[in-house]
Amino acid sequence: MPKHELILLKNMMQPGYTGSLPDYEKAGGYQALRTTLGKIAPADVTTMVKKSGLRGRGGAGFPTGVKWGFLPKDYEGPRYLCCNADESEPGTFKDRQLMERDPHQVLEGIVLACYAIGAETAYIYIRGEMVLGSKILEHAIAEARAAGYIGRNILGTGVHVDIWVHRGAGAYICGEETALLESLEGKRGLPRIKPPFPATHGLYNKPTVVNNVETLANLPHIINRGPEWFAAIGSPPKSTGTRVFCVSGHVKRPGNYEVPMGVTVRELVYEHAGGMRSDKPIKAFIPGGASAPFLTPAHLDVKLDFEHVAAAGSMLGSGGVTVMEEGTSMVWAALRLMEFFYHESCGKCSPCREGSSWLVQTLRRILAKRGRMQDLETLLDLCKNIAGRTVCAFGDAEVAPIQSTLKYWRQEYVDLISEAEAANLIQLEPAGRH
Amino acid sequence: MGMCSVNARSVEHPDRRLSTGVSGGNVLKDKYGKEIEDILSRYPVKRSALIPLLYVAQRDQGYVTEAAMQEIAALLRLTPPQVYETITFYTMFNLKPVGKFHLQVCKSLMCALVGSDTVIGWIKTKLGIAPGETTADGLFSLSAVECLAACGTGPMMQVNEDYYEQLTEDKLDRILSDLRLTGTSPLKSGPFMWPEPVTGKSET
Repeated sequence: MPKHELILLKNMMQPGYTGSLPDYEKAGGYQALRTTLGKIAPADVTTMVKKSGLRGRGGAGFPTGVKWGFLPKDYEGPRYLCCNADESEPGTFKDRQLMERDPHQVLEGIVLACYAIGAETAYIYIRGEMVLGSKILEHAIAEARAAGYIGRNILGTGVHVDIWVHRGAGAYICGEETALLESLEGKRGLPRIKPPFPATHGLYNKPTVVNNVETLANLPHIINRGPEWFAAIGSPPKSTGTRVFCVSGHVKRPGNYEVPMGVTVRELVYEHAGGMRSDKPIKAFIPGGASAPFLTPAHLDVKLDFEHVAAAGSMLGSGGVTVMEEGTSMVWAALRLMEFFYHESCGKCSPCREGSSWLVQTLRRILAKRGRMQDLETLLDLCKNIAGRTVCAFGDAEVAPIQSTLKYWRQEYVDLISEAEAANLIQLEPAGRH
Repeated sequence: MGMCSVNARSVEHPDRRLSTGVSGGNVLKDKYGKEIEDILSRYPVKRSALIPLLYVAQRDQGYVTEAAMQEIAALLRLTPPQVYETITFYTMFNLKPVGKFHLQVCKSLMCALVGSDTVIGWIKTKLGIAPGETTADGLFSLSAVECLAACGTGPMMQVNEDYYEQLTEDKLDRILSDLRLTGTSPLKSGPFMWPEPVTGKSET
């Protein structure tokens, strides 16, 4: 299949690979742990990760090693690592596969990260719906604990790391790192005002790092093969390594495809995902989950890395690529995503809480052919008053579908409204006037 | 604020008397004592055990009763309103009984592109219930829910703890019939991988 080397999906693509501890060990698993714990200084592990150029795979793309470096050096008390497994960004389903098919790869990454930041406790915050995933992880943790890879005095090195699985309970916002921490503390998942950042005031007000599943799964490979090797993959210097892109929508073979960063959407859709389902042309695509602005066929040759997607006016986000064929209503698509954001707004900030409801109502009105021309201005005005005016990035995310579809497919909105206005005119005019 | 430990009986919720009748009690503790102890041991701060304990309660009754909320509040030294404010934030907790099988069909854009509205239509026709409703025999409840992270294998639904993906009408018929007859269905998803490797069709 792929012409390039698989890193994260390599094991699970082997016939018969079950993800059990013996399978993982046979594939070279936990080797990075052996070569690192007690042999490489924690600060040097951080340096290696910085050198690799690894950036967060959850959505924001923040450099992982730099994030670790923000923890206070002289802090005496406990520190925590939280693995963000609350995969909820519409269009994204990679972490589920990484956890359910190769759980030890994730666990090894967690222990390595804990070692680097000096944490003795890690919580895997997994979305509540993934019951199977949480069971698989619990089983893998028990296996690794019995083999001495997790727990007290790992492999006799004096390093302690305990890992616990903590299920969320159905709230998209808990993927936002400070909302995740609130939720883990047993509260409503309301994002915190930053600063202070989790690096200094995180879980239980202690220094904390929150890293995505895919980010952590990369760590054993960076240790085993060196940061230089990793830094040469993809689109160096700023987008290194591979991405597990989740392709969904109107393609022939949707699914997870691990490719070096920097492939184009065209390659991803036509070479990996088998092309379009009904061989219709592409009308629109979202390059990085529901929070990323829509792009058009003119952007099919944009390289899928952090910089190029941002330059095209969208974002690489979580790696969820959703493709829509010619004939899909963009007003309808925007409404579907807007309904998601309306449902998931946590309610903390008024612009987002109230605005999301107004946006949904206005879009519904337009789609039901009861719209007015000034609705378009109202939509943009609402968007302007939500984005950048909320505690977390949710506000910026929720306006993306509307702003981008209005930018590229304004005529579809106008047509729906023109029809509505024409119908209204006929009703309003007294009979027999013309 | 976790530091004030108010007597559970003295706190009343404005619209529902959370604290009347049974207060606290040891129903969960007697039944799941070891599991509860294990959960509590994972966190340095008790309140973190709230969501895990609510799951224990929901597994026991199918929904979280007021008595369970009170017992959990007492266990964690929280007030019942503190438990209530948390539980009402999360969609996965049921505050009233639901059908034995809770069909949750994803309706977000990615599933809608591949036919989730049609699936909801099939269920409406086959079971005679709309989203938010339960069949008269109490067997099935239907909800239209937001993204469940299975966008590449839509349309899909979650039934209680299991995912069912790449739904077709035929598959849906078999699932509903399996659920009625045996309480589960072999069509539920195993460890997720899609697409599967081209060579060596090995599926668990």
